[in-house]
Amino acid sequence: MTEPKKAASGEMLQGTMDMLILRTLVMGRAHGHTIAHVIENTSEDVLQVEQGSLYPALHRLEDRGWVKSSWGVSENNRKAKFYELTTAGRKQLVAERERWQQVVVAIGRILGEAAE
Amino acid sequence: MNLRRFFSRPAADAELAQELEAHLQHEVDHNIARGMSEEKARRQARLKLGSVRRVHETVWERNSLEWFETMLRDLRYAVRTLSRTPAFTVTAVLVMALGIGANVTLFTVVRSVLLKPLPFREPDRLIQLYEKSPDGRREYSYIAGGMYAAWKKAASSVEQMAIYGTDSINLSGSGGQLPEKLRYAKCSWDLLSMMGVVPEVGRLFVEADDRRAAPATVVLTHGLWMRRYAGDRGIVGKTILLDAKPYTVVGVLPAWFLYPDTQTQLWAPIYHEESSGMMEAVDNHNFFVIARLRRGATMAQALSQVDTAEKQVRAAHPTPSTASGASARTLLDGVVHDAKATLYTLMGATSCVLLIACLNVANLLVARSASRRKETSVRAALGGSRWRLLREQLTESAVLAGAGGALGMLFAWLGTRWLVEARPEMARANAIHMDGVVLLFGLGVVAGCGLLAGLIPSLSFLRGPLLEALQDSSRATSAGHARGRLRRALLAAEVGLTVVLLTCAGLLLKSYNHLRSTDLGCATQNVLTMRFALPHARYDTAAKTAAFYEQLLPRLRALPGVKAAGVVTTLPGQGYGGDSRFTLPEHPDFAGGAVQDAIVRGADPGYFSALQIPLLSGRFFEDHERLTDARSVIVSKSFARQYFGDEDALGKHILIKDFDGVPPEGFEVVGVVGDTLWALTEQDTAMMYFPLYSGGWPNASIGVRSDGDVTSLALPIQKVLGELDPDLPVSDVLTMDQSIGRSTVDASFTSSMVMAFAVIALVLAAVGLYGVLSYIVTQRTSEIGIRIALGAQRGAVLRLILSDGLRPAWIGLLLGLVGSGFAVQLIRTMLYGTRALDWVLFAEVGMVLALVAGVACAIPAWRASRLDPMQALRTE
Repeated sequence: MTEPKKAASGEMLQGTMDMLILRTLVMGRAHGHTIAHVIENTSEDVLQVEQGSLYPALHRLEDRGWVKSSWGVSENNRKAKFYELTTAGRKQLVAERERWQQVVVAIGRILGEAAE
Repeated sequence: MNLRRFFSRPAADAELAQELEAHLQHEVDHNIARGMSEEKARRQARLKLGSVRRVHETVWERNSLEWFETMLRDLRYAVRTLSRTPAFTVTAVLVMALGIGANVTLFTVVRSVLLKPLPFREPDRLIQLYEKSPDGRREYSYIAGGMYAAWKKAASSVEQMAIYGTDSINLSGSGGQLPEKLRYAKCSWDLLSMMGVVPEVGRLFVEADDRRAAPATVVLTHGLWMRRYAGDRGIVGKTILLDAKPYTVVGVLPAWFLYPDTQTQLWAPIYHEESSGMMEAVDNHNFFVIARLRRGATMAQALSQVDTAEKQVRAAHPTPSTASGASARTLLDGVVHDAKATLYTLMGATSCVLLIACLNVANLLVARSASRRKETSVRAALGGSRWRLLREQLTESAVLAGAGGALGMLFAWLGTRWLVEARPEMARANAIHMDGVVLLFGLGVVAGCGLLAGLIPSLSFLRGPLLEALQDSSRATSAGHARGRLRRALLAAEVGLTVVLLTCAGLLLKSYNHLRSTDLGCATQNVLTMRFALPHARYDTAAKTAAFYEQLLPRLRALPGVKAAGVVTTLPGQGYGGDSRFTLPEHPDFAGGAVQDAIVRGADPGYFSALQIPLLSGRFFEDHERLTDARSVIVSKSFARQYFGDEDALGKHILIKDFDGVPPEGFEVVGVVGDTLWALTEQDTAMMYFPLYSGGWPNASIGVRSDGDVTSLALPIQKVLGELDPDLPVSDVLTMDQSIGRSTVDASFTSSMVMAFAVIALVLAAVGLYGVLSYIVTQRTSEIGIRIALGAQRGAVLRLILSDGLRPAWIGLLLGLVGSGFAVQLIRTMLYGTRALDWVLFAEVGMVLALVAGVACAIPAWRASRLDPMQALRTE
């Protein structure tokens, strides 16, 4: 049952992970595990994140100054590293979203024309 | 991508591990909450997370800087390789450190002394003018006061022209301080302001001070002001006693002003100090002249103007002692000319040593890289780029050069301090210190050394097939041909440079020894000397002066331990001491009736026997020849020969123009004594001695001879002087040997330094020969084993190896001797009484080198011939 979903996740577009993480963090600070689950759940399990690849992405975002991190205690009382959006991160999310929508529209057009 | 992150990678990695662990825990919690067993929950969590290692690697790589990392890796690799052979590394680093240290030291000195502009206002417009000496022997000689006046009128291309001279003067004791004899300078009023000096306190001279009739004024140097007057600003306007005459202090010079040397402590206006006769004479050469060029004017223009003026004056006053030409050089050259030859010679020597050191290290690296030839070839075969191999080699030599450089800079710092302390009298020694430019130079030298030592061994990577080595059988016999040639060329270059250094050092040493063994013409062992000057203010009559000497001498001779004592105006080796013009009544037509001049001395009756100057004919002075009864003169042997030829000088007369109250018929020659030299390197020995007791000789040197240690007599003699005149300062209390040593310190310093460098070079060359040959022998062990096993005579093996090492030595020796032929021309001016092309010395150097090279090569060769063939064949 999960087979086709996995295929979809494996081909996740370059750069989309960053956007998804940023989007997830709009709701507030969260640690890696939460982020992974939010992405999975919100996409209704279409996007299955290979959880390990989340971390290089988080570190890259932090290097670019879009998120910042701090250690804290999680909801089930464990130590975890929390990430939150910075102002630059918010701006970046807006930009990425616009770009994404343009791409989606463009691709939709191409596919639509091809279908006709 | 920054360095901070690069270096904090391990910490970041640890944090990442924690983070991932936390993630796992959460996932496990999550899974358990979904009802999995703990084991399964854990397994699923792991699966879901994926490869932890890959996450680590991705993050780690993101944080790395590739070029930097490669460099670090190369560096680590180089350090490890080097630390595997500590003996080689330590030797190489020390050798480089010595070379770099010596070079940086010399550069520091050369830069501070020769290259930095003088601290005066617009120093590039300041020039120093000279007269050529009348006999044509000196290009840059003293200037007569009258000539200066003539020049000043004629030279339109200079803005200002000032004159100065130096002398010594007695500063009277005051406020519990002892009287002392100081060096002081007298200058025209505008000299100091022309140089851009602003007084620290008070004012400089004005035109009104610079007249004979003006009240006496003086400007103190900063040093004297601090030392003697504790920096009291109230000194301006006060009166001090100089030569027992009152002088008003008008100002104090700033601390940086140390011209013409650090010993000069006072300045006074020259036209006030000198008689108008002295300042008008055109043939009495006593002074120095400095001029400031007009903007846009050149030194050549100024020189041609003063030279024309000089020739006009000469035409109007055609005496033999009027010079007939002028010369000029920049003020900087005027200040440092003595140091120049020494410093450039030393710089040359240290450069040679550094080059030899680099070649040596390169040579050792070549040998090492030969042993890694197979490794390099394999790596090249597997796809290692040449650039990569080259980079490794360069990193290795850079590490060596870097370590050597760091140590070398330390050596240089110590060396510079030592040099300043060892040679405080060197021109501008006070200006010597290391600065940013020196540091840059040091870095440049280090980079150069690293490149040179690294590139030479790398040459073979850049050229030719790398894979050949793989084709050699594992029982490789002789090392590749190209490498052999390279090594031999390096050895030959090393030996050649060493030969050049050795010949130069040998010549300088020979010249110095020649100088030291020069016979001054008087006793020099166990002779103590000291000088004093009777101030004219208190010894204003001839009778007072004569009386002082007449009281002094018996007391000196009565001191226990004194074998003989004499007083003369200037002792042999203590300087020119002045001359006088004379004519010969018996030979009115001598040299066309021209006025002659010769060196003059005043001597007491016992002087000649005290200093063991031989009496050749006639007699010495007698005690009754005093004041106006002093009518006799004693001449030196060369004077007699020069002016009386084969005739008997005794009984002839010499008429002196410059003395007051001279006998109208002239002084009668009563004796002829042996020649003495006024300086070790000077040959004019025609001298006239007049009776000291005539009372006209205020400057005096005491010479005391004893049987043993003469220095213990210094205090008793000073006590005697103090009893006669408590306000009389004494200077230059030295033994005759010390006094001579002072004048040869330059030659001694240069020759011993160059010799030290030459010895270092020789050791390096020997080490190079020995090291490389030993290495070759090790390489060829199995080949030699086979030869011996097949019946080669041990003698033949010995010859084989020996010729391998000695051939480059011979070539180097030949090249070096040819090179020395050129190099010695460069140090020609520093040689005294020694021919530059001294074949004996060249032969000696050749022999020393052949011997050292022979020994260095014989040891490995002998070892090779003693090889046990069975063992040699098994070593592979």
